Amino acid sequence: MARTLINLPKTAKPGEVVAIKTLLSHPMETGFRPGPDGRILARNIVTEFVCRFEGDEIFRAELFPASSANPYLTFTWVATRSGGFTFTWRGDNGFEQTETAAIAVG
Amino acid sequence: MTAQRPDRRRVLAGAAGTVLAVALRPAGAAPLPRTETTESAIRRFAGTSAIRPGRVTLDLPPLVENGNTVPLSVSVESPMIPADHVRRIGVFNERNPQPNVVTVHLGPEAGRAQVATRIRLADSQRITAIAEMSDGTYWSASADAIVTLAACLEG
Repeated sequence: MARTLINLPKTAKPGEVVAIKTLLSHPMETGFRPGPDGRILARNIVTEFVCRFEGDEIFRAELFPASSANPYLTFTWVATRSGGFTFTWRGDNGFEQTETAAIAVG
Repeated sequence: MTAQRPDRRRVLAGAAGTVLAVALRPAGAAPLPRTETTESAIRRFAGTSAIRPGRVTLDLPPLVENGNTVPLSVSVESPMIPADHVRRIGVFNERNPQPNVVTVHLGPEAGRAQVATRIRLADSQRITAIAEMSDGTYWSASADAIVTLAACLEG
């Protein structure tokens, strides 16, 4: 399991726009760089990130080798009701990781 | 008596070794062929629709010391309501081995069309962000970045 950092407020007022910041610890090997032996290292990147709130997709990102190592994404969400978020990263070599977070709105 | 001058066999072996070493040199120094042109990646994103400048703000440092991690943020002027919101934002580069940087999908539940990430830049180049609105129009902004230490190509 790769390390993740997810930052969002624990509580929000209804209608408030909250910022969600996510970071996944991942090498994001581009597939274009030579390794120590001069051979090109195989690509190993995260290709997709999805954030869902109570099962509904609220944000999705397609990532490419041009993303930095440890892909960092921030986006916003309008607080409507209390509930849970799931954050899922998918990538090369069958990489998949899901994290959760909750918010109380009211 | 052993010969002091290099004999023919040794010279030939040395030459063969040099040729082999040159052949095995990593191709890292040579520019990598691009997999796709920026124009074709943008057309794959926007289809045949017209792309107008405006409504998009692209924030990127003009002078980048380390191309491996460049902060990038994009915001789009939009009320972000179900009738009028940003559907997608695509970011494209000119000189990385691959033209796509990131594509995000948004909806009215985002409240604001504002995203940030960190990217790699292989060279000094122009970055373009294109937003697709819910009415099917496309808007864009570009920014130039000068890169001192390139990403992707270094070992």
